[in-house]
Amino acid sequence: MKEFFLVAISVMIFVVIFQIAKASEYVSVLKGEEKSRKQNNKINGFLLIAFLVFGMLGAWYCNELYFKHTLFPQGSASVQGEKIDLMLYITIAVTGIVFIITQVLLFWFCYKYQEKDGKKAYFFPHNNKLELLWTTVPAIFLTVLVVFGLKYWFKMTSDAPKDAVLVEITGHQFGWEMRYPGKDGVLGKKSHKLYNKPMGNSLGVDFDDPESHDDIHVSTEMHIPVGRPVKLVINAQDVIHDVGLPHFRMKMDAVPGIPTTMWFTPKYTTEEMKVRTGNPDFTYEISCDQMCGQGHFSMKGIIVVESEADYLKWLGGQKAEYATLVKKAEDTAPKTDSTAKTTAMIQPALSNNQ
Amino acid sequence: MSSAVSLHHSDAHVGHDAHHEHHHHETFISKYVFSQDHKMIARQFLITGIIWAIIGGLFSVLFRLQLGYPDQTFPWLEDILGHWAKGGKIQPEFYYALVTMHGTVLVFFVLTAGLSGTFANFLIPLQIGARDMASPMLNMLSYWFFFLASVIMISSLFVQTGPASGGWTIYPPLSALGDASMGSKIGMDLWLVSMAMFIVSSLLGGLNYITTILNMRTKGMSMTRMPLTCWALFFTAVLGVLSFPVLLSGAILLLFDRNLGTSFYLSDIVVAGKILPNEGGSAILFQHLFWFLGHPEVYIILLPAMGMSSEILAVNSRKPIFGYMAMVGSMFAITILAFLVWAHHMFVTGLNPFLGSVFVLLTLLIAVPSAIKVFNWLTTLWRGSIRFTPGMMFALGFVSLFISGGLTGIFLGNSSLDIHLHDTYFVIAHFHIVMGVASFFGMFAGIYHWFPKMFGRYLNNTLAYIHFWVTIVGAYLIFWPMHYEGLAGMPRRYYDYSTWVSFRQFGPLNEFISTVAMLVFAVQLLFVFNFFWSIFKGRKVTSQNPWESNTLEWTTPVSPGHGNWPGEIPEVHRWPYDYAKDGRDFIPQTEPIGANESHSH
Repeated sequence: MKEFFLVAISVMIFVVIFQIAKASEYVSVLKGEEKSRKQNNKINGFLLIAFLVFGMLGAWYCNELYFKHTLFPQGSASVQGEKIDLMLYITIAVTGIVFIITQVLLFWFCYKYQEKDGKKAYFFPHNNKLELLWTTVPAIFLTVLVVFGLKYWFKMTSDAPKDAVLVEITGHQFGWEMRYPGKDGVLGKKSHKLYNKPMGNSLGVDFDDPESHDDIHVSTEMHIPVGRPVKLVINAQDVIHDVGLPHFRMKMDAVPGIPTTMWFTPKYTTEEMKVRTGNPDFTYEISCDQMCGQGHFSMKGIIVVESEADYLKWLGGQKAEYATLVKKAEDTAPKTDSTAKTTAMIQPALSNNQ
Repeated sequence: MSSAVSLHHSDAHVGHDAHHEHHHHETFISKYVFSQDHKMIARQFLITGIIWAIIGGLFSVLFRLQLGYPDQTFPWLEDILGHWAKGGKIQPEFYYALVTMHGTVLVFFVLTAGLSGTFANFLIPLQIGARDMASPMLNMLSYWFFFLASVIMISSLFVQTGPASGGWTIYPPLSALGDASMGSKIGMDLWLVSMAMFIVSSLLGGLNYITTILNMRTKGMSMTRMPLTCWALFFTAVLGVLSFPVLLSGAILLLFDRNLGTSFYLSDIVVAGKILPNEGGSAILFQHLFWFLGHPEVYIILLPAMGMSSEILAVNSRKPIFGYMAMVGSMFAITILAFLVWAHHMFVTGLNPFLGSVFVLLTLLIAVPSAIKVFNWLTTLWRGSIRFTPGMMFALGFVSLFISGGLTGIFLGNSSLDIHLHDTYFVIAHFHIVMGVASFFGMFAGIYHWFPKMFGRYLNNTLAYIHFWVTIVGAYLIFWPMHYEGLAGMPRRYYDYSTWVSFRQFGPLNEFISTVAMLVFAVQLLFVFNFFWSIFKGRKVTSQNPWESNTLEWTTPVSPGHGNWPGEIPEVHRWPYDYAKDGRDFIPQTEPIGANESHSH
């Protein structure tokens, strides 16, 4: 019923507007084309300058309302992201000046040079000096932006420091899996052909590779220590996903078949961020930033940044995936005491392929 | 050479036109349906484009309903959409289908076919002084391939598994694997076939526009005497002809991957618990192929709007366009650069950082010709005698939006900033303002300005001004705050943000945006009503040259027949921008240079 009324009211408004429009057209025909044109001119000239004034006020008001909701007042949560924040401010300054100058000129010229009796337009087809001026000035400003931008870009995309904490993150429809390399610091090999979810090997880890035996597999929640570089190795199992970390100003696609990496140094623990943002519910969220299917919007991961001690404590409490899976396989399989056989149980695909 | 050809051409037509009435026995079908008259084909493109725009806009209203009111249900939605809106709530699958089709429809069917198709067809022959396109037959086919593409795309809305839903950029593997998404089943095949037809249409049209401009200009119409509209439409056609085939090849490879078991884009995939045998392909390859069209496409959409706005700004400022050669040069530069920047859409795909840096440089270079254009438009207004016709209002709106949206491109083109802003609402705000709304404003400017030539009647002015003011205020209200959402890292293409600690603070803002979007959509319907009502009932055009313009289309009769000029094609003696010269308000291109005329241009 409510919808019906809404539609009826909209139609009525349409009809009223249309009747007014029709009537005003008759009036303008009676007045004569030139006179009504001049009248329209006055109204629109005034509206244009009003639009400029209220538009600028609106932009300022919008900033008052929403700047505090962006991530910039709280600052970057990673050391590398500070450069992005700086870059943002430089770019806002440069483009902001250009924006104000050009918009003010546009609407002010409209208002000032609207058609008036006795005033004629000025024949001014070109002027090389002026044109040269607004070719070179933007070029100089852009050079500055490019130089700063690329400097930070190369810094951010450089190789991670050797002592970085290594975490592998794998996206799938619709969630995130993390793998830690364990004591040896090396991630065991994996292959999509070894994928065997029913037996638990959802990442397709190759358990014939001894380096995989101490690897730790956790879902959704990633723990990392504060103040140390973290290197993420990013994979995808099915379609393209993207590891989006807005608080750290980091983002990288997860592409099936093509591993990617990124690294950053967290500055604040989750607890510190709760204080900094004044939000007791604060968590570092991993958002999937590449359209990946109907659950795209719910593909959330969590990063817990904690002190080195807490991190090590957490890591110590995790069991290696190999141990859990072998145990599970042994529990369900008929008792035969060969480990080779239990490994085969976890990854039958590999056995079939060989 | 070219003038000799066109002279010959016009000679051949003189006799023909004299007998026009007797010769052609035009039936309804040959006049309105399978017409070979460029003006009729233009009207067909325009009306089809308007229908598509209503559909595409409606899609956005539906998904804004979900974004603005994620907790509410609308039982009437279920009545209309059935299981796609179970319980009165749009389902995620359908939401993604809506987003995808909104993008596809508006980018390709409205702002490419509807914009270039309409105005290239309508204006090129009229403004360069030709009887028709180089090949009227191919021109007709261009429309009918577009129509076929439209029918196929519409039909994909009615298949059981729904239309394509992987985003308008249809990145594989999502778009390649039916198991990954409902929309990647038959809907995706229909999308690809429809786009193939669309590309054929676009190529037939583009080749025709280029040929016509190069060969069929009337006597005296040298390239540098062409109105900027024709230059813009020329560069648009060049862009389309060189880039659309690349998308076609990308789409064909995708069809192969989908249906023939090839691995162009697929490697190492486990989907829905199944291990796929595909190996060695690269999902990134598709993105290169897609954006090799995709970025020029932005300029295919933007250039016609630039050209038309330039023309309309000059006519209604009663002043020459400032820096004609710089305007042509900057469009040329944009055309070249458009082909060299595609990978700026791929900074976070794991692209080699050095390659990325090259694309940063080339991308930001585009800001230089864009800046030249903006300052030249501003100088055109300076010391003019401006008439705020509805066309002029939209052209001014175009400049304002082009500035606002263009400047945010400098944020996104800089790869280090793009890391944070990529795939957030900042991107949505940027391209909707600069490519979506700005191009729409160029299109509206063109419609309001040339409607009298198209239909021999005026659009209602009052409705036009209401349309303009609500649209420009609404566009800024919708898209300006989205920049802030983007700065907070709020990702695009999310069905629901309410479970995210980082993004749910924007709930009230999303509701506000949705409300404004619906209002703006309603006002577009007011325009559509004005359009169709005025075709039949609008105030009649009585003077041949209602805007007191210099260009050739206003030397034709109020409603020109097939062949455009009843007598000989006029000869051109000057550039199209002699306004306010030697104290005269305007001097049409057909007027010979006077003995005492000052030497300028």
